[in-house]
Amino acid sequence: MQVQTHVDIHSEWGIVAARQAGRKLAREIGFGSVDQARITTAISELARNIYLYANKGKIHIEEVVSSGKRGIKVSAIDQGPGIKDVRKVMEDGFTTSGGLGAGLPGVKRLMDEFNIDSELNNGTTITAIKWLR
Amino acid sequence: MTDTKLSMYQLYKEIITDYIRNKSEHTLYSAQKLSMEMIEKDMSPEEMVSLHLSVIKEIVDDLPKEVVDSFDLLLEVMIGYGLAHREHLSLRDRQRQLESELNVAARMQKSLLPNEPINVESLDFGVVSVPAGKMSGDYYHYIVDEHGNIGVAVADVIGKGVPAAMCMSMIKYAMDSLPEQRLQPAALLENLNRVVERNIDSDMFITMVYGSYDPREHRFFFASAGHEPGFFYRNSTGEFEDMETKGLVLGVSPKIHYKEYSLQLSPGDFIVLLSDGVTESRVDGDFIEREQLTEIINKYKHLPVQALTEQVYRELEKMQNFQLKDDFTLLILRRNV
Repeated sequence: MQVQTHVDIHSEWGIVAARQAGRKLAREIGFGSVDQARITTAISELARNIYLYANKGKIHIEEVVSSGKRGIKVSAIDQGPGIKDVRKVMEDGFTTSGGLGAGLPGVKRLMDEFNIDSELNNGTTITAIKWLR
Repeated sequence: MTDTKLSMYQLYKEIITDYIRNKSEHTLYSAQKLSMEMIEKDMSPEEMVSLHLSVIKEIVDDLPKEVVDSFDLLLEVMIGYGLAHREHLSLRDRQRQLESELNVAARMQKSLLPNEPINVESLDFGVVSVPAGKMSGDYYHYIVDEHGNIGVAVADVIGKGVPAAMCMSMIKYAMDSLPEQRLQPAALLENLNRVVERNIDSDMFITMVYGSYDPREHRFFFASAGHEPGFFYRNSTGEFEDMETKGLVLGVSPKIHYKEYSLQLSPGDFIVLLSDGVTESRVDGDFIEREQLTEIINKYKHLPVQALTEQVYRELEKMQNFQLKDDFTLLILRRNV
């Protein structure tokens, strides 16, 4: 059975709830403690981004299965201002230099797959998957 | 677990077991060497923490639950450090790439400078040009025309690095496109000024001195666009004179008239053209005085001119602890006979 969780993000409590849900599912799927911590950090970053830049949005966490592999998929969806220059925010050193955390390049590194869709004034959807090895 | 991880695990287990038993510095040294191997193999801090926990769980019976739990926190924190580490690696790669691009650009830039030596019997010629960084905002040029006149130029783009270097290459092409006026200094600067004024940002300035030496009359004609004054060394008196000139820097206003000056050279007299990187050599925080510079030139003036310029450069470089603050160009033209 595939599990799916939605968490609303409109405060730091939401960030914690999303982390908790992500860690739980990651453990159930069978990720080791290091990968659990990585997935949780990625979720944390995505949720924080929503909280900081879009004020509110959602985090979806679900199990995915593809060609016999199991994995966890995290989606961050908001209707915020959108990202003006995606290339720029994906550059190393762009957010970290200001002490803003790992940023999107960090999320990409922590996960195996990463996709970003952003439209100015219409919001941003980011999906990231980590596969169980 | 992969083979590398497995062997890492075994190795680390041996090291810890050994250390718990005899607390020797030798074992700690092995751990230091292991850390180099781990970094080499791209093992992240969080993996290291997890490795430590699994090893310690195996060799210590009944590890207190609090200690085991505390590792969750260490792991969480190390994820952040691991990310910072990986970002650092990626930025380092990026820097290497930029560095190699800059090296190529610097080689291209060098190819813009003349490389054939000047062979005029009555003259001895030498030039040294060294960028402060990889690329130079200084430019020099020399040419012998069909009448045997020698044209020389030193230009300095205010600023340094890549923007200055790009500007400098424009000067080179602009000069190439003005063959007619090549040996008439004032007219050449006026033409060049129009090109520069049309083509570069108003916040970029270029200073330039252009001179033309007529080996039949042994007269040096020159004009300057706000450039650092050169020196004229008179062999008969043994003194250096400043080559004071008037003229606005290039690129400020489209119509500028430049005044032309001339000097008569006797055997042993020489002309020194330079960029402000030479006079603005900083020793203990202060610019060197022009007199200090002429003293250094004086010290080596018995040498052939190329060796002379190189010695002056070496001495100033040493005085500045081998750290150039600005691009450095020194060009000398001496009448031999």
